[in-house]
Amino acid sequence: MRSLPVLLALLASLTALAAGHEYHLNGQKLADGVYVFVGAREHFSRANGGNIVNTGFIDTTEGAVVIDSGSSRLYGEQQRAWISGHSASRRIARVYITHAHPDHFLGSQAYAEVPQYALPATRASIAESGDRLSDNLYRLVGAAMSGTQSRTPNLPAGEGRVLIGGRALQLIAGSGHTEADLAVYDEASGTLFAGDLVFYQRTATTPNADIPRWLAALQRLEAIPYKTLVPGHGPVVQGPEAIAQTRDYLRWLQSTLQEAARKGVDLPELFEQPLPERFRDLALARVEFMRSAEHLYPALELDTLQGQGSH
Amino acid sequence: MAASAWRRLALLLMLVTASAQAEIPADPLQSPAWRYLAQRYFGEAGVVFDPRVKLLLPVSAENPLSVPVHVDARALAEVREILVFADLNPIPVILRYQPGAQAEPSLGFRFKVQQATPVRAAVRTGDGQWHLGGAWIDAAGGGCTTPSLGTGSGLWKDHFGEISGHLWPRENGVQRLRLRVIHPMDTGLAGGIPAFYLDELQLQNGKGELLAKLQGFEPLAENPLLSFDLRNAGVVRVLARDTQANQLRGSVAP
Ligand SMILES: [Zn+2]
Repeated sequence: MRSLPVLLALLASLTALAAGHEYHLNGQKLADGVYVFVGAREHFSRANGGNIVNTGFIDTTEGAVVIDSGSSRLYGEQQRAWISGHSASRRIARVYITHAHPDHFLGSQAYAEVPQYALPATRASIAESGDRLSDNLYRLVGAAMSGTQSRTPNLPAGEGRVLIGGRALQLIAGSGHTEADLAVYDEASGTLFAGDLVFYQRTATTPNADIPRWLAALQRLEAIPYKTLVPGHGPVVQGPEAIAQTRDYLRWLQSTLQEAARKGVDLPELFEQPLPERFRDLALARVEFMRSAEHLYPALELDTLQGQGSH
Repeated sequence: MAASAWRRLALLLMLVTASAQAEIPADPLQSPAWRYLAQRYFGEAGVVFDPRVKLLLPVSAENPLSVPVHVDARALAEVREILVFADLNPIPVILRYQPGAQAEPSLGFRFKVQQATPVRAAVRTGDGQWHLGGAWIDAAGGGCTTPSLGTGSGLWKDHFGEISGHLWPRENGVQRLRLRVIHPMDTGLAGGIPAFYLDELQLQNGKGELLAKLQGFEPLAENPLLSFDLRNAGVVRVLARDTQANQLRGSVAP
């Protein structure tokens, strides 16, 4: 049977496909014991397997503190394997999930026996809609999601200072990108993992956003004397530029939508709205602006109609 | 008959068949339902794809229960009717709009989408020709078979049928009217909930003269939010009726 080797090769490649996706995760060292995995500045796709997000870890004598587990079971497994191979402790102490968006928490299965922390509203949100978010990511990403199931962090995180294995971390409980957004600051290295409260060179996303609360959270992050800032999406920075850009965009977005509502603009007419020069080069500027209009405009336009009619 | 004559006849038959098929132009959106829907909605009338029919909609539906669409056919003269449909929705037709002499051929609305589908605006001009514009929308789905959201909230119990709105002056004597009617707009496709939706809405001026007429169908989103451009000054009266013969009234003053 000459076709058997062909068949076996085909089977092998099908198995590889079914097994999913190689993310080629490669931690980038930011300081002693502090690493980041930088994701693509793209939307979810089959090619990127959902790796559009920045995750990271801080090594301590008790084990690594992982910040966000990524977009899929496979991402979490490959992230964990890299950390085990490159950290001094070779162990995992705990996981912090910054917020309830699927690219940040769907890798948590890889840390099944590890304590996983998130803010209370994040835990509630993952428990309620994690399965739906996971289903939707299957649709967008495909094979890379194989075997992925939503897992709710088992422990509550709260605002304040925690000491783990000789390292002091500050937990900042913000909100505005979602109902609860956690940022983690490592005092020793001055590294701030900002989660999705900060985007840089990649347009902010707003499916669960409250812009005034988000702006207030940025003000708090700005007061932290960080040396290095890891945004949820986009390149790592040393200066204030990432926070400044996120705030500038959110303010522009808010005032643009408010002004349109005051003029009686219909939502899809916004899709043709020109973007200011300074935002045009942000990754996904047009498509994220369109999505944000869909998220945020309905509440604003209803305000213009209230009490105007009769029946 | 000689062989060459047979060949000529065969060629002639092929040409006739080809031209009969050419009456429905090839679909730039390559929809599997295009030929079926074109035959059903346009029959013998001529159909052309026309860039002058502008359809604005998202690339992907953030909320499948409420996909915003804006149709603008102002580049065409003598528009009699605008038919909007989504090829692959379980109920394709969303609405039929008949702008009168004092209404612009443009409107905005929201609809429920069940899966990725082409969305089209077909615009009939005075000569009977249909002009089509459209685009695909991607969707995670479930918009048509999901129960309306307000069911549990008491909104419809306390506010059913309320009409609110606002008028904005625009250029060239046009007013933008936006209005919202509180109504569940049930498709009949969600388990155990019968179809219940607005099927007619008329806009009149202060003297009771008809400005425009809209025929609604199941896929219109709940609590319909509609935008119109009208060339009248002053108050606009709204008269609507649903499939259970409820008569709803409202008026919007500048
Ligand atoms: Zn996020």
